Amino acid sequence: MTKLELQGVTKRFGENVVCRGIDLKINEGEMVCLIGASGSGKSTLLRCMNLLEPVDDGVILLDGVDIAEPGLDPQPVRQRIGIVFQSFNLFPHMTAVENVMLAPRRVHNRTRDDLLPEVTELFTRFGLADRMDHYPDQLSGGQQQRVAIVRALAMKPEIMLFDEITSALDPELVGEVLDVLRRLREAGMTMVLATHEMGFARELADKVCFLDKGVILEEGPPAQLFSDPKQERTCAFLARVL
Amino acid sequence: MTQTDLEGPAATPPGLTRRQVYEARIRRRSMRVAATSTGAVLLALFILIPLAPGWEGVKKSFFNADVFARTFPGLLEAFLLDVAIFAWSAPLIFLLGLLIALCRDAQSPALYPLRLFGILYTDIFRGVPVILVIYLIGFGIPGLGLPRPWNSPYIWGTVALVLTYAAYVAEVLRSGIESIHQSQRAAAASLGLSHSDTMRFVVLPQAIRRVVPANMNLFIALQKDVALLSFIGPVEIFRQAGVYKSLLANFTPYVGAALIFLAVTIPATRYADYLMNKQARARS
Repeated sequence: MTKLELQGVTKRFGENVVCRGIDLKINEGEMVCLIGASGSGKSTLLRCMNLLEPVDDGVILLDGVDIAEPGLDPQPVRQRIGIVFQSFNLFPHMTAVENVMLAPRRVHNRTRDDLLPEVTELFTRFGLADRMDHYPDQLSGGQQQRVAIVRALAMKPEIMLFDEITSALDPELVGEVLDVLRRLREAGMTMVLATHEMGFARELADKVCFLDKGVILEEGPPAQLFSDPKQERTCAFLARVL
Repeated sequence: MTQTDLEGPAATPPGLTRRQVYEARIRRRSMRVAATSTGAVLLALFILIPLAPGWEGVKKSFFNADVFARTFPGLLEAFLLDVAIFAWSAPLIFLLGLLIALCRDAQSPALYPLRLFGILYTDIFRGVPVILVIYLIGFGIPGLGLPRPWNSPYIWGTVALVLTYAAYVAEVLRSGIESIHQSQRAAAASLGLSHSDTMRFVVLPQAIRRVVPANMNLFIALQKDVALLSFIGPVEIFRQAGVYKSLLANFTPYVGAALIFLAVTIPATRYADYLMNKQARARS
């Protein structure tokens, strides 16, 4: 079943057209990886999907309903589509558990006591049980990024977007964050990743899309796209990064 | 590398690196130079000033120990009024400043009047000398013929201080709000938080903390400006000093008042500097 469908999504920053009419289908429970050089439009496309950036043109269907309609209240949509950023963006003045509880408390009007069991369960599941009361600056990069993932998951989103979430991490910390993604994949979460981790995309993605200059130049199952790319630019990109 | 490889003075204390020894030597030398030059300047002042032809007269009318001892307790008591005015105006200033800062941040078109009000408010109250505001409000509003106690210059003078300082605090807070990186708002928005919740739980707590040193400086200035209320009536320390001056035909009470102010403002200033340095270090 199609969960999220993009049709002709266009996004400009002034003169600079970052997404040039992108079409993309994401099925329920699928993991889609967006690859491509920096500036190819991966991040912007993700930010358009949960309306952090208003789309200039095109349609985004979430369960068949257009969410890109100008004037639509973006808040309910954002509650259904979580995003994790490259630079974590935890709230530095709150402990890990406060970071996670803020949105459910304010948006879903739930109390701390009510939330504690399930939040504790999330922290435990991702190996952070003893870090709940730490402030972000007391955590390693990998731990901060896992807290950021827990924070997004606590809103019980239907889709999770990951914007190069391992790019700001030291190499030895990348693994622990990718493990989290692996677990989410097993749990059947619908996920879209902008990533430079080609090995990971190859191993787990259902579909890989190669973005170049604001268009999806080529897409397909990882086995096909990585070993038998059709487009010259895809070949050149893969030759550089693999 | 072994100890014998070290160059430099043979008397290298054990456990110190060459760099540490060198830095300790430079530090000792700087301290010696600073102490010598400070001593020389003070000595010159102590010798030169009393040589001035009017020194005897100035000493008698400004540094009269007898007058000082007689008036100091009275001045301290009058200073309590300054403290009281400061104590009840400071929280009001903060609240009003916060309100104005939030007005200026209002986004929706329906709230545009608030935004305009915020801009006009900060422009006007930062553009007029404090003393003028105190005169206009402190004399003008009681002049409306309000019943006691609402005609007290004490109340309206303080209101004038609150209105003026709130404009400065609002600007400081607004700069704090703007200094919070856009990614924090994006993170809050991505979780579905409303604009006002984002402001209240994510932006403001960080912004207020970040501008504590700048606000401390404003409140130190406020401590001194409380004395301006003396121009419209309340017998606080500056006015009390004036009364003593006329009574005793001596300026020493002013020196006493200055000392009392300094006793409060210097520690406060040092503390604000300490906070600011700490913040600068944390950011670098």
